[in-house]
Amino acid sequence: MAYNDSEEFPTQVKILIAGGFGVGKTTFVGAASEIEPLNTEELITTASVGVDHLGGIEQKSTTTVALDFGRITIEQHGIVLYLFGTPGQERFWFMWDELCAGALGAVVLADTRRLEDCFEAVDFFENRGIPFLVAVNEFEDAFRYDEEEIRAALGLGPGAPIVLCDARERGSAVSALRSLIHHLLAAVPTPSA
Amino acid sequence: MNMTADDDEVWLDEQAGRLIRPYTVSSGRTRPSVDLDLLSLVMTTGRSPKTSDPEHAQALGLCRRPTSVAEVAAHLRLPVVVTKVILADLLDCDAMTTKTPRRASDPKDRVLLEKLLDGLQRL
Repeated sequence: MAYNDSEEFPTQVKILIAGGFGVGKTTFVGAASEIEPLNTEELITTASVGVDHLGGIEQKSTTTVALDFGRITIEQHGIVLYLFGTPGQERFWFMWDELCAGALGAVVLADTRRLEDCFEAVDFFENRGIPFLVAVNEFEDAFRYDEEEIRAALGLGPGAPIVLCDARERGSAVSALRSLIHHLLAAVPTPSA
Repeated sequence: MNMTADDDEVWLDEQAGRLIRPYTVSSGRTRPSVDLDLLSLVMTTGRSPKTSDPEHAQALGLCRRPTSVAEVAAHLRLPVVVTKVILADLLDCDAMTTKTPRRASDPKDRVLLEKLLDGLQRL
């Protein structure tokens, strides 16, 4: 095949946008993305567990899951950053493993009116050791809490930063992504040279 | 999102759903002949495909530059699995090429992170 020079195919990186249902993941992805936020469906086949097998016929169930994703091209460095909004409904959690594979980190969006909705995402990333930050999406009618209050409410260790954002604003969404990269950089040992 | 139960309700475009069952375009196939994932990049080679289905033609048109499978699926408005089958057809007849892209997935890769940060700061 003719296209094998690395110039044609950029380096891909992936960041996940997680959080509860309706917290603004689609909005966030759409605001940060340089392309129209795209929505696709992934068809999942899951081998069912603990059911009768009919003479060699595999028992499988299929379901479709909507996925939001966006893209930010960093032309000068040959990098394409993909943003994937994770499916918020609990029943799709089994999909997260595939989405998480190769992800640099995650932004967990939180709504202070129902902080508990992001507990699961926080637990998930903590358990997997995937670096993340919590971005509090500032809904207009939501009460403003300070960072320590939110940290306490989430039971979040000092390791994960909390930032405020407005998921509708590109600058604000991108700023949350920058904060995540800063957070990742802070965990990298400084070169001794 | 139209949540009202109005009798006069007219469903248009996306609300109406697909006119064709998605697997019609993949001739019922659910397994692509080439291993592709959501972020696999595909690109047209300029060679003519064997098939001339609208979906195949549309996919070719979408991939003049390296494009991810996820993106092609979203533009074709087809499930990812079906899209993979279509792309695999095009790959099989050399109308498209794919490459496992360089995946940067090490969150401790300082050089990469600095490049990312630099890029995000210029937006």
